[in-house]
Amino acid sequence: MYAVALVPAATFAWALTHTGTIRSGAAVTETYPWVPQLGQELAFRMTAFPWVMVLLVSGVGALVLAYSAHYFAADEWGLGRFAAVFLAFAGAMFGLVVADDLLLLYVFWELTTVFSYLLIGHDPTRRASRWAAMQALMVTTFGGLAMLVGFIMLGQHADSYRLSTVVDHLPGGAYLVVALVLILLGALSKSALFPFSFWLPAAMAAPTPVSAYLHAAAMVKAGVFLIGVLTPVFASDSPWQQIIWVCGALAFLFGGWTALRQTDLKLMLAYGTVSQLGMIGIVLAGGTRTAALAGAALLAAHALFKATLFLVVGIVDKSTGTRQIHSLSGLGARRPALAAVAVLAVASMIGLPPTFGFVAKEAMLEAFWEGDAWYRVMLVCLIAGSALTVAYGLRFLWGAFARKPGLDDSPAERVGLGFLSPAALLALAGLAAGLTAGLAAGPDGILSVYAGRYPGTGHIYHLALWHGLTPALAMSAAVFAAGLLIYLATNRTEAWKSVRMPLTAKEVYRRAIGGVDRLAVELTGGTQRGSLPFYLGVILIALVALGGGLLIAGGPWPLEARLFDTPLQLAAGGAIVAAVVSAALARRRLTAMILAGVSGYGVAALFVLHGAPDLALTQFLVETVTMVMFVLVLRRLPARFSERPLKKVRRFRVAIGIAVGVVAAGMAYVAVGARQDEPVSTLFPDLAVSYGGGENIVNVILVDIRAWDTMGEIAVLLVAATGVASLIFGRDRALLRRGGSRPAPPKTGEHVRWLARPEPEGSRQAIILQVVTRLLFHTIVLFSIYLLFTGHNDPGGGFAGGLVAGLALAVRYLAGGRAELNAAAPVDAGRLLGTGLLISVGTGAAAMLLGGEVLQSAVLDFHLPLIGHVHFVTSVFFDIGVYLIVIGLVLDILRSLGAELDRHHESGDEPESGTGTMPVPEKEAA
Amino acid sequence: MTPNLVYVIVIGVLFGAGVSLLLERTLTRVLIGVILLGNGVNVLILMGGMPGTPPIVGETAQDRMSDSLPQAMILTAIVITLGITAFLLALAYRSWQLLGHDEVQDDAEDRRIMDLAERDEGPHAKEHDSDDPPTPVDDVAPGRAGR
Repeated sequence: MYAVALVPAATFAWALTHTGTIRSGAAVTETYPWVPQLGQELAFRMTAFPWVMVLLVSGVGALVLAYSAHYFAADEWGLGRFAAVFLAFAGAMFGLVVADDLLLLYVFWELTTVFSYLLIGHDPTRRASRWAAMQALMVTTFGGLAMLVGFIMLGQHADSYRLSTVVDHLPGGAYLVVALVLILLGALSKSALFPFSFWLPAAMAAPTPVSAYLHAAAMVKAGVFLIGVLTPVFASDSPWQQIIWVCGALAFLFGGWTALRQTDLKLMLAYGTVSQLGMIGIVLAGGTRTAALAGAALLAAHALFKATLFLVVGIVDKSTGTRQIHSLSGLGARRPALAAVAVLAVASMIGLPPTFGFVAKEAMLEAFWEGDAWYRVMLVCLIAGSALTVAYGLRFLWGAFARKPGLDDSPAERVGLGFLSPAALLALAGLAAGLTAGLAAGPDGILSVYAGRYPGTGHIYHLALWHGLTPALAMSAAVFAAGLLIYLATNRTEAWKSVRMPLTAKEVYRRAIGGVDRLAVELTGGTQRGSLPFYLGVILIALVALGGGLLIAGGPWPLEARLFDTPLQLAAGGAIVAAVVSAALARRRLTAMILAGVSGYGVAALFVLHGAPDLALTQFLVETVTMVMFVLVLRRLPARFSERPLKKVRRFRVAIGIAVGVVAAGMAYVAVGARQDEPVSTLFPDLAVSYGGGENIVNVILVDIRAWDTMGEIAVLLVAATGVASLIFGRDRALLRRGGSRPAPPKTGEHVRWLARPEPEGSRQAIILQVVTRLLFHTIVLFSIYLLFTGHNDPGGGFAGGLVAGLALAVRYLAGGRAELNAAAPVDAGRLLGTGLLISVGTGAAAMLLGGEVLQSAVLDFHLPLIGHVHFVTSVFFDIGVYLIVIGLVLDILRSLGAELDRHHESGDEPESGTGTMPVPEKEAA
Repeated sequence: MTPNLVYVIVIGVLFGAGVSLLLERTLTRVLIGVILLGNGVNVLILMGGMPGTPPIVGETAQDRMSDSLPQAMILTAIVITLGITAFLLALAYRSWQLLGHDEVQDDAEDRRIMDLAERDEGPHAKEHDSDDPPTPVDDVAPGRAGR
């Protein structure tokens, strides 16, 4: 913790080195490019007011971290995370106060929100702390987003988000009013001013060091800081000052009143903070030189004394185990040093000389002494609120340290020096600032630079302990006397406690959140029916409505059409239509599958007639592999489909199907009719030969011209194969069995003893088929390799070759079961897939490494003795990768859907109902 | 280009039957629907290019060749359909193995939210009372008893 504290301490020292620059009124600026395309920069600018904030943020941060080293046990859970988040928060806060760009400011603003969420929710096991963290997050993010809109309104108008530029290009009228109100929403919510006060007391669920830092010195100051920065610009613009004053006054008075009613010391401080922030907001929005001076001084004084008090409460809590004033007694006598620190801080809070709080309060009263009716009203509020501050300040001291009648002295552990000294240092800083207030090198000199942005009005006010017998001094005395009376009156009787705050924004928040939740449930429940056919139906109906509507409206419908190119197309088309319609109507799985296959072969015939031999070849092979797959799986599934749904639902589905079919046919008709440009592929024949080194244009497109597509495709194949294997091999270690190196015990005996012994009784092996496939197998594989290599010039290629080899394996499996499959391909399918992908990617990468484009191919022509002229294109390697992946896919399918399903069947690892009849199907929900 | 009516009709029938099957609840039927749809799309793409002689240099004159670009795209699509088919088949089998049928079920979590909406409650309705995680609403699927 101490080590972590060095970071803010170093920041503090860095800020001190700039004292001279700041005092002279200059600014420390740094700018880095961020998103140059958008004109975004990381622009930082530190002038007097940010400088004070930097000192507070870094100084208090360092001290609180040092304090945390004692507050938490060394082995406490989540301490490392706490330190990291705390430091990150300090960094974000630092960025916030020095940012010179509105968007950058917003980013830091939200960062503090996020980190404060993590800090408040430090103990995620407690519901209260989760709730408080979420509430703080919601409220401040809501404000932050509103503020962002305001910033954007200003920034777009000024065409720059630089704070220093924006203020020179302000819009006017209602536009400005809206922007200001939005920005104020951010400031008010962050500083917990009315009506957003409620999140701050709830946030006391946080560990005390967090409260001391976030809720006294740093985060809640962001709101009033923003007010302080923007008031010099906006003070004269109508709603700015009035909104802050009304909200600030309400926070000041109600916060003070509520603080007085608390019995928990920490909550008392929390409401006190709400109250004090209201006051600081009022004063910073004052819009005169003296008010600015007073506001900045109040802000600094508050950070010092309130952080001290939180730290003191933490010590009291840790050493006695309670924060309840009715349980604490006699602590002052037993822990005089602690009490002295607290007294010093409270003195500053209630404005007793010679503390800095007194100096600041004097300036405040002076600033509001003169002015119009608004100032008079505010002066009354300030006096009344300050009297309440005096009352709860005294009550705090009494509650924490006084000896109470009827209570034994609280047992208190010893307080170490390291634990107390951060609080003591902060309290002494408040005293020192008060003593040196009037000096040019002290607070007055620095803060005057900030206040100097206002035109001076003849007499220039300076911070000082003694101004002579002024009205302000008289008011200070009156405030103190009134506060004392309130304290005495309220401490005597309990009856006043029934007076409650009339407005509970908390309830509003709770209802708003609850309402949003309810709305979400209703909306989700209303639209997310959870039924796949329902979703698909919606999408398809939209397709029909939009696509069909456009077709009808747009056209243009070609008037000419030809029935066919060759009469054979008519035959193929007729076969397809017949097969498809029967497939859709089929009630048996196998029938439907075979009819779908027939339609696939019909499409292959169309490919042939169209002049696409590669397509036809691949389509035939794929249809065949698909058939094999279906047979493998369907032998396990029930023969018939489950019962058809209700007639009405079925009709609806068919209606959608017909509608989509009509729209698709219409699209095809119109799209083809609208085509008139020269196709790009007219260039391909020449390109294929000169660059691709091949004559089969389709293959050259696949491995060269559009090789990236193929790369994506083989990746998909790999994923699909992996998915199949994981679905079938399931959760157990069966995946290990997938490897050919560990085959399940072959049923037909050892490889070498093939056919050497009689088949067991009831064997389903077909001996003749086995023998024939063994004879043909190598020929088929050889043919597949031929297809692979010839593909560049003639129909074929990696896909077709791989499919042929895969079919060879399939035949082996069908003939002899998994033992035959393992004998034919004693290799893991995953390894084949991986090798294939590696080769393909390697080809592409090698081309890049050799200085070409990725996947660029080179043509090599050379002469080999005996063989003769060799025409070699490097994209063959790419095709080999494709070949291996396709084999791997088929092998994986055979191992999963074939061999592993056999094993399931043999081990009885199947549903009992699976042998024939289907279980009762679920009632249709759609 | 003038449209070829055989293609137009084949496309319409493949799409229509494919979509009708896609809307079913049996995974096997859905799968056949996907295959038919895939074929329909392939024919649609094919139709976009001129028919002609095989696009192989040296075999025929270039101006009579069929359009090669759609063919390359279709080739990719065919093989991907194979991968998808294998995956859906495995899915259907797995569903049958675990549940005793290969029907697409309604989503249980969606149903839970619909129940909440009917009871006019928020998503945290239970959480305010106790720290227990929300108890899952049992799926009413009778097929689950299959195993």
